[in-house]
Amino acid sequence: MGKVGIIGVGQSNFVRGYPGSIRELAFEGFKEAMKDAKIERKDINASIIASAPEYDKQRSPAGVIAEYLGLIPQPTFYIESVCSSSSMALRVAYSMIKSGLHDIIAIVGFQKMSEISSSESQERMGRGADIQWEAPFGTMMPAYYAMYAQAHMAKYGTTGEDLAKIRVKAATYGQINEKAVYRKPVTMEMFTDPESNISATVAKPLRVGDCCANADGSSCIIVANEEKARALCDKPVWILGLGAASEAVNMAGRDLLTGLSVGIEAGKQAYEMAGVTPKDIDVAEVHDCFTIAEMMAYENLGFAKPGEGKDLITSKETYKEGSIPVNVDGGLLSKGHPIGATGGSQIRTITLQLRGEAGEMQVKDPEIGLVHNIGGVGLYGNVTILGR
Amino acid sequence: MAKKEVDDRFKKFGTVSFTAITKTNDFISYLEEGKVMATRCKECGAVYFPPRSDCAKCLNSNMEWFEVTGTGTLLSFSELKYAPVGFEDDLPYTIALLDYGDYKVFGRISQEIPYEDLNVGMKLKTEFNNLPSGQLNYVFKRP
Repeated sequence: MGKVGIIGVGQSNFVRGYPGSIRELAFEGFKEAMKDAKIERKDINASIIASAPEYDKQRSPAGVIAEYLGLIPQPTFYIESVCSSSSMALRVAYSMIKSGLHDIIAIVGFQKMSEISSSESQERMGRGADIQWEAPFGTMMPAYYAMYAQAHMAKYGTTGEDLAKIRVKAATYGQINEKAVYRKPVTMEMFTDPESNISATVAKPLRVGDCCANADGSSCIIVANEEKARALCDKPVWILGLGAASEAVNMAGRDLLTGLSVGIEAGKQAYEMAGVTPKDIDVAEVHDCFTIAEMMAYENLGFAKPGEGKDLITSKETYKEGSIPVNVDGGLLSKGHPIGATGGSQIRTITLQLRGEAGEMQVKDPEIGLVHNIGGVGLYGNVTILGR
Repeated sequence: MAKKEVDDRFKKFGTVSFTAITKTNDFISYLEEGKVMATRCKECGAVYFPPRSDCAKCLNSNMEWFEVTGTGTLLSFSELKYAPVGFEDDLPYTIALLDYGDYKVFGRISQEIPYEDLNVGMKLKTEFNNLPSGQLNYVFKRP
């Protein structure tokens, strides 16, 4: 059985208040991926639509979107694992191609978060955790990650200043990514300036600057079997390894509070399948929904030892010129986090990096890249390793 | 025909409950008696907080209730300055996780303890709590 290759990638601009419907939003990412893949609609055997439900009114969005994209009568269906939905969809597409069932599949991730208010959005996000036993206490995503930050600080001496450095890096690249929702610079001083919104506490110890930007957006990844990929694409990017894991939904069911067990487990699986080690990774996209999430990802993926993530960012090793560039497209923090579209956007970034087409964000000659995409508060984890 | 009684006691749990019907509804009746309870599998002895009506270890559904007593160790906490819809009037409040050894309890820190006094590793106890709205939950207090 041959390899599975990525032959086309696309992404809409990530924006606040997209002036259109979900099908029109999905169209934007798909159109760009089709242009990139240079194939026709009839070449696509199936589509997988990925998002998190309840941000818009459409039930069963797959059919509606597939029709709008001109992908009927081919099969289409919906995959959901909250923020890692489109990485999970890639995993499913991989297995369908490996089985020989389909030759070419389009994965379309989307999210239109702006139809509801920020506090409504927090309520829905919080309900991605345990609604019976935890949500009645008034939980939300920043507060859960704040608990990880608090535990990390207590155990390893990590500081708010260390976390701020991660946001400053993200903003450095958000400014040069024309698809990013947050294109302004963020400085260390802003985190201590009471006049700056960046320094406002959301859930101690996390501040506004530690949190990703909600956004509307879509992404599309087109994957093909080896034969088709070689025939249709000059620079296919191959899926070398896939890892996926799950964890207790309730914080009370978890043993590790200084890292995400799903990141560790999914990473281990992906490294093993790809036959590579953390040292072999030339460029990475990690799930920085909060600064602490990127810090933990460094450690969970083996880029740094547990507790030494702060040294990695302090020495700027995760900047574009460093030994392991991470989120040099602005990450979720500055590029934005339209939940269902995020994994596809991360995969697109790494694909462009491996093809040498990342423009101003291009890392020097990368051969192997990694995508780390988390769903919920470490409820689901997907790690995907890609190579030229 | 008599109208069927719906046991929806769980809607009383917390500021806003998102669940009304569960086999663990007795948790609410115990809270009304001032007790915070966990469950134990009568077949294999596995203990659960939050309480479960079915055992994940041996797949039996023969569970018994026992009270969460003594102190737990504070594993982590966070004070919220923003809240989800429906929780705005509670602000600021602090969520936390206590380790009791065999199980952990997730909940809120009592308003009696100033945030500045909280430290990972300190001992706290779990106590039932009446909310002003008439809803019930539990909070972590100094032993």
